[in-house]
Amino acid sequence: MATTYRTCPVSGLQFEDQAEKLMRWNAVAGVLALLAGGITALLVILTRWPAIKLLPADQFYLILTAHGIDMLILWIIFFEMAVLYFASSTLLRCRLAAPKVAWAAFWLMVVGSIMTNVAIFQGESSVMFTSYVPMQAAPHFYLGIILFAVGALIGCGIFFATLVIAKREKTYSGSIPLVTFGALTAAIIATFTILAGAGILLPTFLWSVGIIKEIDAQLYRMVWWGLGHSSQQINVSAHVAIWYLIAAVVFGAKPLSEKVSRFAFLLYILFLQLASAHHLLSDPGMSAEWKVLNTSYFMYFAVMASMIHGFTVPGAIEAAQRRKGYTNGLFEWLRKAPWGNPVFSGMFISLVSFGFLGGISGVVLGTEQINMLMHNTFYVPGHFHTTVVTGTTLAFMAVTYLLVPVLFKREMILPKLCQIQPYLFGISMSILGLVMMGAGTLGVSRRHWDMAFSGAPFQYEWPGAAYLMMGLTGIFGLIAVIGGGLWILLVVGSLLFGKKLDGGKVSDKPTPLPANTQAASAVSHGHDHVPVPGTVVLALLLFVCFVLYYFVNWKYLSEVWLLS
Amino acid sequence: MSAILPPSERLWWKQPIDKVEWAWIAIAFVWGMVMFAMMIYWHIYGKQNLSNEAYRTTPEMFAAKAEKFVAENTIRTEKGLNGEDIPVVKVPAGGAGYLIARLWAWYPILELEEGQTYRIHLSSLDYNHGFSLQPVNINIQVIPGYEHVVKMTPTKKGTYAIVCNEYCGIGHHSMLGRIYVK
Repeated sequence: MATTYRTCPVSGLQFEDQAEKLMRWNAVAGVLALLAGGITALLVILTRWPAIKLLPADQFYLILTAHGIDMLILWIIFFEMAVLYFASSTLLRCRLAAPKVAWAAFWLMVVGSIMTNVAIFQGESSVMFTSYVPMQAAPHFYLGIILFAVGALIGCGIFFATLVIAKREKTYSGSIPLVTFGALTAAIIATFTILAGAGILLPTFLWSVGIIKEIDAQLYRMVWWGLGHSSQQINVSAHVAIWYLIAAVVFGAKPLSEKVSRFAFLLYILFLQLASAHHLLSDPGMSAEWKVLNTSYFMYFAVMASMIHGFTVPGAIEAAQRRKGYTNGLFEWLRKAPWGNPVFSGMFISLVSFGFLGGISGVVLGTEQINMLMHNTFYVPGHFHTTVVTGTTLAFMAVTYLLVPVLFKREMILPKLCQIQPYLFGISMSILGLVMMGAGTLGVSRRHWDMAFSGAPFQYEWPGAAYLMMGLTGIFGLIAVIGGGLWILLVVGSLLFGKKLDGGKVSDKPTPLPANTQAASAVSHGHDHVPVPGTVVLALLLFVCFVLYYFVNWKYLSEVWLLS
Repeated sequence: MSAILPPSERLWWKQPIDKVEWAWIAIAFVWGMVMFAMMIYWHIYGKQNLSNEAYRTTPEMFAAKAEKFVAENTIRTEKGLNGEDIPVVKVPAGGAGYLIARLWAWYPILELEEGQTYRIHLSSLDYNHGFSLQPVNINIQVIPGYEHVVKMTPTKKGTYAIVCNEYCGIGHHSMLGRIYVK
């Protein structure tokens, strides 16, 4: 199939025509899902804010279901499809495998998204993102997710096939770039994840139309979380790849060690699959041995991988900055970083928030016994708003500031607001996560319409601090929605009204990497070792916080009723 | 030169790893082992471990056992805020108690004694529910078809609430139970 290649004059990146269009459409579909997720987020916040309590119970649960599906599945995976096509076709300078099939996958995902949303808004499918059986949704709720997942699975296949084509047609030499390696990790995990999803959602669909009589409630939880949690590990791999991408583009940063970073990604592939256990630690059906082994991702090897990335990403930036001469003291490299560039600021806030808040809270939450203090409390959404939102979503937002000029050939409008947006969104969302975890530590439930328990046979009064935390959740949630909405406005505004940029030369043949690029000239840099003391200090700070918070929670646990 | 290009060293896996990086990997590895050992340590020496004792059941079987327990051990009834009569059941010291989770109530009210150890049987008659004991903050998933026997020892006298913290439909927020510890 004939196609053309465009070389972007700003970045030097080369876009194949079909891949470029697919990236754009997937990104736009993702932004639309984010819009739906954002509006529902606002309604959720305004209802859980005790002083406002906007929606009645039935609408609240409906909207909360939509928020989970639109954000956690649709927004993230549409955007990830764009990332996969970018990391394969664009970075490897190669044509996309089977573009027609890729379009079919895209439209399948669109149809699935609409179908599931229709099911939710018809009101018969307020079963939450997790749709635990035996609570039943309308059949098209499940069918929509299945169609979407099939589309995403085909997208992963296109990505793998494109890697094969690039290798066969020799569009690059040596090994694939680290960012592509990270995307490959994400795609491999996605394949496992979607198969687990098929394993449970197909029978659940058949059950909803009456063909299967019963699905075991515990079995459902185990297999469903093979989809539900593992899909969040796709996000981790994808956003870590984007951290490396942004470090490379903004600073020309080179990984401290290709070997270490790739090994860390490999650990993700090997061990992140076990995360299903994190949701079953307070369940009756599994043995303690099973819980301990699985919840630790087989002895914390995946946590080790994240700690490695948490060191190597800022380390790569520090090394690049020091090479440029920012060598004073421990932190000149960081002080003199381009804090006014939303691509960098978004990425760095994402890194810090994911590490300090999302990462630490996740490991503590996933400790077998400590989980009993937090299971199904507001701590859980607090945790994942600092992983999948300040981690993944913010990284995606940051890279979009890069992609709008390069991929959509438009200049970002309102640059001052673009500068503010990552701070507004990242900081408010981080605080939101913290106060949610605070409320959860005090026992407040997630997915709960009324802290005052109206209609209950008894009264129970939450501590005043819990109400304070929920009020703060409302305030910072509102700011975060404004920050997210601002991003959508800036992006959509730029796509419609931004100054058109020169698309660059179009040719009908791919241009391989010229020999005199930085890649070729960097050989002498290879052994030019730059120490990274600032990163060491940051990493040790993370470690100290991690250890303290971990043991504080054991202390809390030791104070509750005795259980055996 | 950068993460978006193929590695400049074709044999990147032969490049040496810097000492500082090694040190950080070692710290991460050791810390992972400490956390792993901590869970096992707590199983041996800790006093808060969730029981693994669980049995397959059906809503009918579990309800029948619980009703028998209520009939044999009820010491008084209390009026709920909606005017309903709710039995208060004293669990024999060191013995077994049953707690039903259903749409949208925890049944019955249990009365325990401080310092005694009880075998509390938990199950749901319909959807998933969440046993969230407040203000102690112990949270356990309650799943239909599974009878979970949790051994618990209250450490302080008082009136405790059981909040349902697994979404179970429109009346979820009104699903509040009670435990007395005398």
